[in-house]
Amino acid sequence: MNLTSDQQIFWQHGFVKLNGTIVTTWAMMILMSIGAKLVTRRLATEGPISRWQGSLEIIITGIEKQISDVGLSEPKKYLSFLGTLFLFVAACSLCIVIPGYQPPTGSLSTTAALALCVFIAVPLFGIREQGLGGYLKTYTKPTFIMLPFNIISELSRTLALAVRLFGNMMSGVMIVGILLTITPFIFPIVMTALGLLTGMVQAYIFGILATVYVAAATQVRKPSQKSQH
Amino acid sequence: MDNSILIAVVSIATAGITIGIGCMCPALGEGRSVATALTSLAQQPDASATITRTLFVGLAMIESLAIYCFVVSMILIFANPFWTHAIAQSGGK
Repeated sequence: MNLTSDQQIFWQHGFVKLNGTIVTTWAMMILMSIGAKLVTRRLATEGPISRWQGSLEIIITGIEKQISDVGLSEPKKYLSFLGTLFLFVAACSLCIVIPGYQPPTGSLSTTAALALCVFIAVPLFGIREQGLGGYLKTYTKPTFIMLPFNIISELSRTLALAVRLFGNMMSGVMIVGILLTITPFIFPIVMTALGLLTGMVQAYIFGILATVYVAAATQVRKPSQKSQH
Repeated sequence: MDNSILIAVVSIATAGITIGIGCMCPALGEGRSVATALTSLAQQPDASATITRTLFVGLAMIESLAIYCFVVSMILIFANPFWTHAIAQSGGK
């Protein structure tokens, strides 16, 4: 049984392999970018707007509201990064309804790449907001003793992000595969529907966790006057 | 009993124990957190957005522990490195 779509190899030439993960990832990327290009080709600000523009606007304003709810006061600055993460993971898990499709997020390579993006982007956002010194100082808060623990948590949460998404998506595919051998007729469909729900929840969680990490790195904590007394 | 049978027995038994314990403890934790969240939702319905978001993030954190156990048991059953090693050795003889 294939544990991930990494083992599904289409083409191989020496060291270079073209496996199922790469193919589906590129297909999703092309689909999403061409779709976005087609929708945004005729944008209207007044009069009747097209249905596609309306749905895209709902998605974008929804993501913006979520980002600002977490505590980032200027969501537009972070929308491109965090929105892309959420939309990619969500689209990958939504396409489970296509027969024969294995989600690229069910491979540890993809999720590790996404988690590494978060791992690199969080310090970059932090340095842009607070400056290099200000960002490095957040590692020694609340006291200097916490420095090694802060560094360990930075690494372990990256690992957790990658393994959580991988485990959830892989388990969905795996459960359907096992059920197909036991009760092949209706029950796998129910589990696929449940897999759609878990996929959306995981996409939301991935996005919201990345947002929380960015918010923790960028917020400049000013000592408030009220807490003095 | 040769090496490969021993490895198979230990792997399968460990996978079962792993997923058993690894589901039980996070389930207790998730139950506690959902119950507390429901209590606070009933007390303060105005703060439902914040409570729900924090609950989801917390549930994801707890659930990732169960997912770790699941990944380990899946590796033990389907992609066991020791098993592959034993098979390769017995095939080489």
